[in-house]
Amino acid sequence: MAKIANASGGAEATGSRGHHAPPVLKVADAPRELERAPLVLNNRSLGWITDAVAGVCENPMPKWWWPAFILSAGTMGMMFSLLAYLVSTGTGVWGLNTSANWAWDITNFVFWIGIGHAGTLISAVLFLLRQKWRTSINRAAEAMTIFAVACAGIFPVFHTGRVWFALYPGYLIPMPNSNWIWPQFRSPLLWDVFAVSTYGTVSLLFWYVGLIPDLATLRDRAKTKLRKLGYGVFSLGWSNSNRHWSNYEKAYLILAGLSTPLVLSVHSIVSFDFAVSQVPGWHATIFPPYFVAGAIFSGFGMVLTLLIPMRSLFNLHDLITVRHVELMCKVLLATGSIVGYAYGMEFFIAWYGGSPYELWAFLRNRVADPFIFGPLFKVPTAPYWWAYWMMISCNVISPHLFWSRKLRTNVVFVWIVSIFVNIGMWFERFVIIVTSLHRDYLPSSWGYFTPSWVDVFTFVGSFGLFMTLFLLFIRFLPVIAISEVKGVTPQADPHHPLGGAKEHH
Amino acid sequence: MSDIFPKWTNQVPVMGAIVAVVLGTTVAAGVTYYFTPKYTRVGYQPKQPVAFSHKIHADQLGLDCRYCHNGVEKSWFSNIPSGNTCMNCHNQVGKESPKLALVRDSFASGQPIPWVQIHQVPDYVYFNHSVHVNRGVSCVKCHGEVQKMDEVYHAKPLSMGFCLECHRDPGAQIRPNEFVTKLDWKGEFDGKKAAHDWKVQPGQSCSTCHR
Repeated sequence: MAKIANASGGAEATGSRGHHAPPVLKVADAPRELERAPLVLNNRSLGWITDAVAGVCENPMPKWWWPAFILSAGTMGMMFSLLAYLVSTGTGVWGLNTSANWAWDITNFVFWIGIGHAGTLISAVLFLLRQKWRTSINRAAEAMTIFAVACAGIFPVFHTGRVWFALYPGYLIPMPNSNWIWPQFRSPLLWDVFAVSTYGTVSLLFWYVGLIPDLATLRDRAKTKLRKLGYGVFSLGWSNSNRHWSNYEKAYLILAGLSTPLVLSVHSIVSFDFAVSQVPGWHATIFPPYFVAGAIFSGFGMVLTLLIPMRSLFNLHDLITVRHVELMCKVLLATGSIVGYAYGMEFFIAWYGGSPYELWAFLRNRVADPFIFGPLFKVPTAPYWWAYWMMISCNVISPHLFWSRKLRTNVVFVWIVSIFVNIGMWFERFVIIVTSLHRDYLPSSWGYFTPSWVDVFTFVGSFGLFMTLFLLFIRFLPVIAISEVKGVTPQADPHHPLGGAKEHH
Repeated sequence: MSDIFPKWTNQVPVMGAIVAVVLGTTVAAGVTYYFTPKYTRVGYQPKQPVAFSHKIHADQLGLDCRYCHNGVEKSWFSNIPSGNTCMNCHNQVGKESPKLALVRDSFASGQPIPWVQIHQVPDYVYFNHSVHVNRGVSCVKCHGEVQKMDEVYHAKPLSMGFCLECHRDPGAQIRPNEFVTKLDWKGEFDGKKAAHDWKVQPGQSCSTCHR
């Protein structure tokens, strides 16, 4: 706040980079009600914002980019090879088997789908709520959403083994066929197909519509014929005309409205995959809100994991500020608290509900560690106590560190914690899926799930796909929404002394 | 922008939409027509080792199907007769005919004639002939008018949809048991009542056929 007052009061500071305000210009102090902590630091000019963001994908990539890309693409290639191995050999190459018929595959699916939720929340909900700080992180978060959905989609399709039947005769998508077979419309698994594909489509459209003005900027700045053509095709003839902006704003608002229910519906339906069944440990009414909160929690974790290094590597500290990091930490704190509450409530209901099977699933499959709770409840050690307590320590302890402002504003610390959030949320899905399935009603078929090497490397490979897409995104597209960030600067506010039409413009 | 894109590029979105619609329609129509057993299976007519005519035997001479396929009422399998069955008549009729050389060899050696199988359900389908022919499902329903064929061909699609058509409404398909092998039978019959009285309850669950 002090900076804004300084800058707008003292003419020297305003024109330090000399894009729009020559040093002779005198501007009055901003009225007090317009004083907000600035979203763009150092009172950067509009031109500086364009240069800074467009520069990322116009200048040659830094030295680390090629090694990072080759590593990611290689890891992605490993995943596709392993998927080919699975298709040619059978799903037996994964470690899952009766009674744990879902294991790492569905864990990875829910993990990746959950990560996408931060993008939708930032782009749609925060837009409708006029949270202006979203502007510098929404582009990357939406990109992350789409890439995460792409990673997620692989696992449920490939865990069926014969992937070509997904389309025809359509176990995934309802298609008329000579077998007269339809997917089971009463099954949440089919609703999931609709939910995830809608989610992917709307997210992609939203991302693309938002990109159009920035793509046009890149087209106009392009030096080579190829770049002009490439950005020209995708900017759809954008010419910054008043009518273009008017249509754009309407389309963006409509898409935000369409996406907002998806923030809640997608992970609710993913939770139905479990909650609608009768399996003890899955059959819980708390699942939809618990999954949605968990998804946003994990999504913001991943946004922080990606954006904190990105802002340093590309010197975007003035656009993605510590305040942005701090606000995202507050979201982590809020959603992490909901997740922690859900863990407690689940366990309470398992006891209070009086179903011995449900209590068994929680106590004897998950909670009873060999040191405290096992001896306390006088039950044998739960086979997956280590996974349960891994989940609790990552997801319940780490968000509460962010009550401290000091920790929230320490970006290195936040980055480390965000990784623990990612780990914890993967374990949450693993705990829900595997600990509930590995012991069913027949003790003779009880077992202990161990992943195969194919399981492990396929999951690692999905990070390769994710990172490959993200690195390409950095290489070719504006990582920050240039036009939107400009819209939240004081220069864009006609009532602000710095804003409105000036003679020197 | 005009220096990047010539004027005709304005037509690209419309052209693209037209191409997409035409291509989509073509693919959908093509798959619907060519990718079902109605196209891939119907009409399959392999060359058989012996030029046996069902038309002469079943229609002209009036032999019952069960004279040769005599296990059909008791077995899941409708058997192909051995050379013995043929020789019941052909030791008298056309016993020098060169067309029957393979039949005589088979009869003498005991080695079956290598008939080419035409109707075959996949290995993952359990089909029982006896339960069908004992509940008024005529041969003609699945095999077509074999008595009109000089050389047998695949007349019906035998797709899963084809099976379900009857399993969902057996009353419309069944006839009195005594006319099951009378392929050209036409007559009045209350199939719905018969299905009820005979307790014809064809399953529709997966495990009815995929056991």
